[in-house]
Amino acid sequence: MSGAFLEVRNLYKNYGGIAATDHVDLDVRESELHAIIGPNGAGKTTLISQLSGEVPPDGGRIRFAGRDITSTPAYRRSLLGLARSFQITSLMLDMTVLENVSLAVQAHAGHSFRFWKAARSESELVEPAMEALRSVGLGERAHDVARAMSHGEHRQLEIAMALATRPTLLLLDEPMAGMGVEESQRMVEILRNLKGEKTMLLIEHDMDAVFTLADRISVLVYGRVIATGTPEEIRNDEAVRQAYLGDEVA
Amino acid sequence: MTSLFRTGLPAYAMVVGLLFLAGLPVLAVWADNIFLIDLYLRLMILAIAAVSLNLILGYGGMVSFGHAAYLVVGAYAVGIPAYYGIYNGFLQFAIAILASAAIALVTGAIALRTKGVYFIMITMAFAQMVFFTFVSIEEYGGDDGLVIDTRSEFGGLLDINDNFTLYYFVLASLILTLGLVHRIVHSRFGMVISGSKGNDRRMQAIGFPTYRYRLASYVISGAICGYAGALLGNFTNFITPEMGDWVRSGELIFMVVLGGAGSLFGPVLGTAMFVLLEEYLSRITQYWHFPFGAMLILVVIFTRGGINGMFRWLGGRIGLGARS
Amino acid sequence: MDWGLFTIQMLNGLQLGVLLFLLAAGLTLVFGIMDFVNLAHGSLYMMGAYFCATLTQLTDSFLLGVVLALPLTALLGWLVELIVVRALYTHDHLDHVLATFGLILCFDTAVDYIWGPTGMAIPLPDFLNGQVTLFGGLEFPVFRLVIIASGLLVAALLYVMVAHTRLGMLIRAGASNRTMVMALGVDIGKLFALVFAVGAAFAGFAGMLIAPITEASIGMGNDIIIVAFVVIIIGGIGSIKGAFVAAMIVGLIDTMGRSFLDQLLKVFMSAQNAETSAPALSAMAIYILMAVVLAFRPQGLFPPKVR
Repeated sequence: MSGAFLEVRNLYKNYGGIAATDHVDLDVRESELHAIIGPNGAGKTTLISQLSGEVPPDGGRIRFAGRDITSTPAYRRSLLGLARSFQITSLMLDMTVLENVSLAVQAHAGHSFRFWKAARSESELVEPAMEALRSVGLGERAHDVARAMSHGEHRQLEIAMALATRPTLLLLDEPMAGMGVEESQRMVEILRNLKGEKTMLLIEHDMDAVFTLADRISVLVYGRVIATGTPEEIRNDEAVRQAYLGDEVA
Repeated sequence: MTSLFRTGLPAYAMVVGLLFLAGLPVLAVWADNIFLIDLYLRLMILAIAAVSLNLILGYGGMVSFGHAAYLVVGAYAVGIPAYYGIYNGFLQFAIAILASAAIALVTGAIALRTKGVYFIMITMAFAQMVFFTFVSIEEYGGDDGLVIDTRSEFGGLLDINDNFTLYYFVLASLILTLGLVHRIVHSRFGMVISGSKGNDRRMQAIGFPTYRYRLASYVISGAICGYAGALLGNFTNFITPEMGDWVRSGELIFMVVLGGAGSLFGPVLGTAMFVLLEEYLSRITQYWHFPFGAMLILVVIFTRGGINGMFRWLGGRIGLGARS
Repeated sequence: MDWGLFTIQMLNGLQLGVLLFLLAAGLTLVFGIMDFVNLAHGSLYMMGAYFCATLTQLTDSFLLGVVLALPLTALLGWLVELIVVRALYTHDHLDHVLATFGLILCFDTAVDYIWGPTGMAIPLPDFLNGQVTLFGGLEFPVFRLVIIASGLLVAALLYVMVAHTRLGMLIRAGASNRTMVMALGVDIGKLFALVFAVGAAFAGFAGMLIAPITEASIGMGNDIIIVAFVVIIIGGIGSIKGAFVAAMIVGLIDTMGRSFLDQLLKVFMSAQNAETSAPALSAMAIYILMAVVLAFRPQGLFPPKVR
């Protein structure tokens, strides 16, 4: 197999004259944790949304696991093994935690034109869902309504839902946003446990987390990738220091 | 609305209600008030329509403001064949269900591309289309309507010319519909519909092509309502396009919301309240629509989510999560 | 084709378009700014007609009737906003639909109680009652021309108001970005009440214009309000320009369809088939138009800018 697991070439998206994604090239290798960092407004979420299929790009190609998915709809990308978590928590808030995750399992267990059997008692759905919940430490909360949970728990549930689709590539949009120190540490632990098992593309502002977790980092500024490399290389990259890290110091 | 998803009425209340409906003809004969049978026949037929609407409105969050159109289609599916002397009930009911499903498929395919108010209005507009179609077909009476001289015949299996038989036929239909909807909403399919109501974008992200599931539920709902329309045509013996006026669609929504959208038995309760209030208020004053309308406004303003919501409000617990 | 009839039907279509615009303007403003769905807008149209009928009777003058009925309808709108609508802004659209549905019942019954079940005619003064001779010797009722003219005049006034006054600025801003208007320190409650009252006056004015032709009658608003909704959906909810363009399109298509569709169909099919299918098709034409527009532009022709 030639090329990277996820291969982005020349990806372009324009919002009212402003290039949100400006000819981005990006390679994510199989089973690496690839982080994308960049200042606010660098176009990180727009990039993820194009990768997950919610926002159509204006130009460029996306290849995933050897096939072109540039114009594949979101649900089909999910079926191909691409899962995302949302920066702003996006759940079925009126359903229970278990139902949320069961639905994610169900989405990948054949079609859902099944009208008769009670879905809540299908072990085929519930057991993998419980497993995903336990892997993010939410096993105890399975029967609580999602709305009643804390922000940190919502983030964990987001990950559990993404995992329940048995993805080969996880797109994580700021999983630690708005979290307290303790919650962040728990999330870092969860991601560390997934490392090597899943390929991950991680957007995150928490630099400590990024530099501990990532195998490679790409820096996105004004919709352009200005550098890609190991954490060490990025730390020492002059352009990155100026464009991004320097900003933060100043 | 959504908090009723799991609560709703306790099971024994449903059983009591259905037992009451089963015993009503006996009661009516005993009280020498045959009119009661007519009243409750209408109530149950509309309840079937409301239950079908609840499938998409309560569980799926699709506010269809044109559901009465399927009542008309179902009624004319009985009336038009009867006009040509075809009284075969199996055929008539099959036409009612299939024609409603077909219309729901075409209109739903367009309407479900839109959201929110656009969806409300486009479903209403499609219902108006159906309404005007029947108004403009002179052959079948136009807006004067059509008399059904003979009710559906089921090859000697069932004689619904007898109001008692029709009553139990409708009651059985209601129970079957409730059972069907119960199974559907708890199935995988139902989970997708509910999930899509909660967060459509997320449902797509985890791999559901939600549009086709929503469309399927829309079609099922329309088909059931068409069935109710066929019953209604048989019951009234006289059908007019006016049965599908948008005001009728509004009433159906009220029945669902009044009883508690998204609970299985809620729409039946709501229909009962609606039909009985209408009946008894109209005996007190010819201007009963005024207190009725005012009551509707008050219910909406002060409670969120029907009778259950009203109890919650009376209990002083409105606030957290009461908003639909 | 009979070009004389064609011209007259064009004018009739224009007249319907103008009436639809008067209704749709208020509807689209109320929705665009307050995010409120008002099914009872048609009731205000009806109330305008009844106020005008009674006042015309009392004053013996149609013009005086209109002049007095306008503020009265606005006042009624203001009261409706104060008593019912205001309590519903925080609710969802389904609740709006249900509550204003209740309002329709109340209004229809109130009219029945006060004015009785039969309609009320409005006699026109002589100078409005005749026919006018257009080019080519065509006869056309003066009053219908007056309807078109006054409707277009109101549309022009509305345009000037929305485009060039402070209130209009707030309305435009409100339709696209509600939070910003609130941040400007505007008393949003007053703005809403004002917009609602103005919308009511427009709707009432439409009712006053049509009543001399059709009579004021119970439920007269309940059919046209649906068409007005079709108009604002085609035009794009919240857009005055969209409402105007769509009202004209809908008015013309509906009127022309009813008079000429059978002739058009005869080109494609047998005369008998054309005559039976034309009424059904022409009644559906505007709904088909809406479906087509929404299929390609789910937000209508002139969608409001992103909120």
